[in-house]
Formats: sequence, structure tokens, C-alpha cells
Amino acid sequence: MAAALNIQKGTSKHSAYDLRDPNAEAIERHTLAVIVDNEAGVLARVIGLFSGRGYNIDSLTVAEVDHHGHTSRITIVTTGTPAVIEQIKAQLGRIVPVHEVHDLTVEGPSVERELALFKVTGGGEKRVEALRLADIFRANVVDSTLESFVFEITGTPQKVDAFAELMRPLGLVEMARTGIAALSRGSAGAP
Amino acid sequence: MTQMTGAKMVVQALRDQGVEVIFGYPGGAVLPIYDELFMQSEIQHILVRHEQGAVHMAEGYARSTGKPGVVLVTSGPGATNAVTGITDALMDSIPLVVLTGQVPTFMVGNDAFQEADTVGITRPCTKHNWLVKETDKLADTIHQAFHVATTGRPGPVLIDIPKDVQFATGTYVEPRAARTGHYQPRVKGDREVITRLVEAIETAERPIFYTGGGVINSGDAATQLLREMVDATGFPITSTLMGLGAYPASGKNWLGMLGMHGLYEANLAMHDCDLMINIGARFDDRITGRVADFSPNSRKAHIDIDPSSINKTIRVDMPIIGDVAHVLEDALRIWKSRGRKVNKEGLARWWAQIEEWRKVECLRYKGSDKIIKPQYALERLEALTKHRADRYICTEVGQHQMWAAQFLGFEAPNRWMTSGGLGTMGYGLPASIGVQVAHPDALVINVAGEGSWLMNMQEMGTAIQYRLPVKQFILNNERLGMVRQWQSLLHGNRYSHSWSEALPDFVKLAEAFGAKGIKCADPADLDDAIAEMLAHDGPVIFDCLVEKHENCYPMIPSGEPHNRMLLGEDSGEDAIKAGGAVLV
Repeated sequence: MAAALNIQKGTSKHSAYDLRDPNAEAIERHTLAVIVDNEAGVLARVIGLFSGRGYNIDSLTVAEVDHHGHTSRITIVTTGTPAVIEQIKAQLGRIVPVHEVHDLTVEGPSVERELALFKVTGGGEKRVEALRLADIFRANVVDSTLESFVFEITGTPQKVDAFAELMRPLGLVEMARTGIAALSRGSAGAP
Repeated sequence: MTQMTGAKMVVQALRDQGVEVIFGYPGGAVLPIYDELFMQSEIQHILVRHEQGAVHMAEGYARSTGKPGVVLVTSGPGATNAVTGITDALMDSIPLVVLTGQVPTFMVGNDAFQEADTVGITRPCTKHNWLVKETDKLADTIHQAFHVATTGRPGPVLIDIPKDVQFATGTYVEPRAARTGHYQPRVKGDREVITRLVEAIETAERPIFYTGGGVINSGDAATQLLREMVDATGFPITSTLMGLGAYPASGKNWLGMLGMHGLYEANLAMHDCDLMINIGARFDDRITGRVADFSPNSRKAHIDIDPSSINKTIRVDMPIIGDVAHVLEDALRIWKSRGRKVNKEGLARWWAQIEEWRKVECLRYKGSDKIIKPQYALERLEALTKHRADRYICTEVGQHQMWAAQFLGFEAPNRWMTSGGLGTMGYGLPASIGVQVAHPDALVINVAGEGSWLMNMQEMGTAIQYRLPVKQFILNNERLGMVRQWQSLLHGNRYSHSWSEALPDFVKLAEAFGAKGIKCADPADLDDAIAEMLAHDGPVIFDCLVEKHENCYPMIPSGEPHNRMLLGEDSGEDAIKAGGAVLV
């Protein structure tokens, strides 16, 4: 049941308190939002920290979010035991141009979205079926030739995965994914 | 709004930061800055012989004064040679500002002559670094660099300055106008957790203070507060290699250093305590031994200014993020206001137990009247120099370093300079020069092994040039002693490449540099020889020929807990088990 609802084992995603067992050995998946000064080398510092200390990166996105204040938001999806996740957050916090580190997985409910582009080639019934499935998934056609479509789809990583699986037998030849962007739900905003 | 060249700005910014001395080596990409140095006399420049030496000198200067050390080197090889020293400073939390020249901005990325990606190379080994591309940002960046290096957990920072930025003219800003931005680490600890710590102090039966370099980095106030707290509570105190001197070695509550080559009573007390109060130490692997069996029955408090040190290897019950001086001040005030309570009966039993452990006399060694035992050499050095309040000790890395930590007593902080985290052979000679630059009239001794000492021996030239009377006390066993010890414990006495068949004649070497050389091989001559070294008003290389096969004990073998220490008489054959053999 928990798996179907996509609730990570051992997390307290729906509680204001972090009730996880710090000694647990279970691997957890966490989404971190890191607010940084948009300066040369800052992404290298973050990536270097993960590779140098042997942490995992499942997904990483980065873009400037405040042009006036020169700050960027790095969204990192990482996995590890609770102790490792705590260490990752503390190590990120030590980087001088890092302003804030938010663990969206424990700070409350959050939304995650990913954008992907799929190139599907083929003709006949497969081409019709691809278009029909794209409609069901609310994917947009952003480029079209007589033998191909480029679909744009936005959604949770699971939705993007599901769409990719369906497109594969229908002539999927190339795909590009942005990685995850995530925000906490509700009215409170981090800077 | 003062306009000036970037090169002039560097010198002006250093002056405004209160810098009195820099350690450096010129080269093509820093010539404009050297030209500015030539035209002033406020900042002294110490010309080194190798850039690694410059960084270790700056470390010695910083550790013995509490002020940041400053280094100036050129691009490419100048910067890469500095990397070992910078990494050393990062591991030991030493504040340094390293200035490197860089090829001009329009040539960056072209594989230009003496170009290296300095900020890329030093990103993982600095606390922070900057490549300055505009002269207008240079002064601001230098001021920020001093702020970052010296606040929070101190560390080395690096500023890479392309040559065209040094030549161009820009606007100078003063330190107070500089943006120190959002980097303002928290110094006050959480009162609620501090109160829990005080409650634990009131009831603990077997407490221990476990202190580290953070106490010394925090400053003199932290040292004073620590001494007050230890003496007022009557708790025993031990310290890491980095923290020696914060509590005086002559203090009645002092157990001696803990860790892999720490004292038996200190390690046993750590293992059996019921309250461990970690102040500015980081549960390093030299301290913990096998993590799963580390002090199994204690509640643990950890005071550290760096949040990432908390719960990194050992989970603690009372994490307190803050500056040692601030936290100890709060803890003392709360403890006093609640009536200065401790568990007197429990403490009396605890001290009785510690006295039992002390009877083991873990530093005992077999004396000799024919050959100088390294421990004996250090005992005599201690006896003949400990009366001097201005004694500063540096070390290289290896057996001699551990013996120095065991046999020399430190009464004050900032008197002991040793490479702890990185274990950098070649640290001690340049560090001793940096200390002597900061304290020209002090007695500065580098306790060395001949292997380490040779790694940066070129810096004797620096000592001669600036008339720095550093004493190089080399315990010469013609072996890489610690390597040999591990080969004997772990690799069946197969001494693979752990000795040198071609050592220099150190007396002649000293004379070649223009220093005094002294050689001593007979225990009967040792006191006179040391007295001769101390009496000489100039640099001395003291070649002390010691027992070649002495092992350093006590020792916690790799992969073992604190209560499984090896003492001197134990057989070394199967001391380290398979699981521990992979550890260093």
C-alpha cells in the first residue's frame, strides 16, 4: 500500500516532525533544495562535494531563480541512510556560497515535477497509437514530420517513466529529461 | 573612492587587514605584486625555498599567534606546490589566506605557460576560493577572504589573481565596506541543550572532558573557561593531538593525550566513562578506534562550531553547535546558578579507578646506557627546556611526533604545532620557521625524524637568510620508524623500503647551509649536547642517533576498541587482525 501511494519507507513526509530513526540502515530518497549565490564554480563545489565524499546524485537541476539577487536554486535528489542524508545537508551547509539547504522530503508535503522531450518515429498504427497515448498523458506535440513526433510531457518522474515505457515499442529513438524541480506545498515560501 | 592598480590593492588590503608578514616565492604571474612589495616596508616578506614550505610556515605562524597566515606564490607550479600545505591547513582548521598569481584573463584556458586551473585544483582543499576577474572586485574579495578564513571553523582560502587584473586600475574598498555577506556562522549554543549538559554534569559518576583543536582555535577565552570548568568540576580531562596545551599538562586533572598512541588511563577512561564531553574535537578515527565499540556506555555531548562534525561518525546525545568560548561561558553560568553540583562520591570512585590505570605506567620503556632511546632524548629535552614559557615545539610526522606528544608537556595553547589530520611529513621545519618569524626571541624546537626532515630541508636556507635560530632536533634512527613499526606488526617484519642507506652527514649539512651541526650518539653526552644546542644563538641541526628498532607504545591497533591497547611489552606479531589490516 505504501508503495502504491509512493510514500518512502522510513520518512515522515506528512508530519511536521522528523520522526525517523537516526540509526536506521534503510536507504531513503530525499529531495533537497539548495539556495546558492549564482557565482562561478558553485555547481562544481556542490558536485565535487557529492563525488569527493561518495554520495549519490539521482537527479540534479540548477537555474538562476533571482536575477536581481544573483541566487540560484539547485534541486538534488539523493539517496542514503538517514545518517548520510543528515551529513549531506550539513556538508552542503558548510559551502560558503550556500545560503540555505531545505530537505523537502521531511519539511512537509511538496510537489515534484519534471519536463521531458521524446522523439518517436514510425508510421501506420504505431504512429496513431503514440498520438493517442500522448493525449491520455496530456503530452504536447512540439515538433512533427511525416515520420516523427517530438512530445513534451510534464509530470512526476513516475509519470515520465510510464510514458517512456509506453513509447519504447512505438518507436522511441531519443529522449531528454530536465531532472526534478520541486517546491513545498502551502503558502509558506523559502526565499 | 581611491583608485589604484590591482597589485597595489593587494598590498593595501593586506596592510588594512593588519598583516605584518607574508611567506612567498616570486614568479612571472605575481611580478606586479612583488614590485609593490619592493616599494614599501610595512609588510615583511619571507622568501622561502619551495612553495610547500611557504604554506607550512604560514601555518606555524597562524597556530602560534592565532592570526591568519598569508602566502603569496605564482601561477602554475607555484600554486600546485602549495596544495599539500593548503590541504594540511584544511584538515587542521588553520586560517590561511593564499594569494596565487594567474595568467592574464585573456589567456586563461589556453594552456598558457605556467597556467594551471588553480581554483579547480584547490576547490576541494580550501574552505573557499575565488578567481578575481575584475580589479574593482579585488579588494572586496581579499577582505571577504580574511573574513571566511577566520570566522566559524577556520581554514585556508585562496585568491587567484590574473596578471592583467594586477596591472589594471580599479577602486579600492576598505575592510569595513566589504561584503562579508551571509557567511556569519552561529557562535551561541542552544541553551536548552546546554542546560541538559549541565544536568548531566551534576549527576555523572564517570565523566570525562575530551578536548581538541577547537578549544585553541576559539581563542584565549575558551582556554581560560575550559580550565575554570575542569578545575571547578574536578572532572578528568584528556585531549587530542591538536588540543594539547589548552589544559596545562601540569594540571591535576590532566590524563594525557588520548587516541591511537594516547595514554592508557586516557583511553580506558574514554571507554568506561558515563558522560563524555567533547569540546572542539571531531571523533577522528585516530581517536575512536573501532566505532561500534567506542565508549559504549556513555552519554555524549559534542560542542563544535561546524554542524557537519556533529553525528558524522559518532552519534551524540547532546549536540551543541557554537563557539567553544560562548558555549562554555553559558554552561558555566548555568552550572553555577544551579549550585555548582557534582556527584562527589561517584567522582571519588572514578578517580580511584583512574589511579589504578595510571599504575600501569604505559609510557615505561627499557632504558639503556649505551644507546640513546628516543623516549629518553625527549625526556631530557623536556627536562632542560620546560622552564621556558616561550618554548614552542613543532614536529614532523611519525614515531617522533607521537613520542613528543607523550613526553613533552604543554602548559599553554599555541605552543604546539604538528600536522594532525593530514599527517604531512616535511611540515615541521618550515612550521618552526613560521613560528620563529612570529616570535623572534622565543625558543623554537622542531622535534623531527630524519625521514620527514629531509622532505623540506631546503628551508634551512630560509632560516639562515632571516637569522631565525630554529633548533632542529632530529631523532635519527635511519628508518622510517612508523612505517617500520607497522611492517613489524602487520607484515611479518618485512621492512620494505622503510630505511635509507644514503643519509647525509647532518653536521656537514648544517655547515653547508651556514648553521651549526651537533651530533650525539651517547646517552652520557646528551645533556651537554642539548645545552650546547640551546646556548647557540642561531639555527642548529641536532643529529641525535637513537635506537633503530624502538616501537611507539602504547598503541590501539587498527580496528580495535580503546580497551584493547598494546603496551610496550606486548608481542607485536598478531596484534592487528585481518579486519584492521586494511585500515591505516
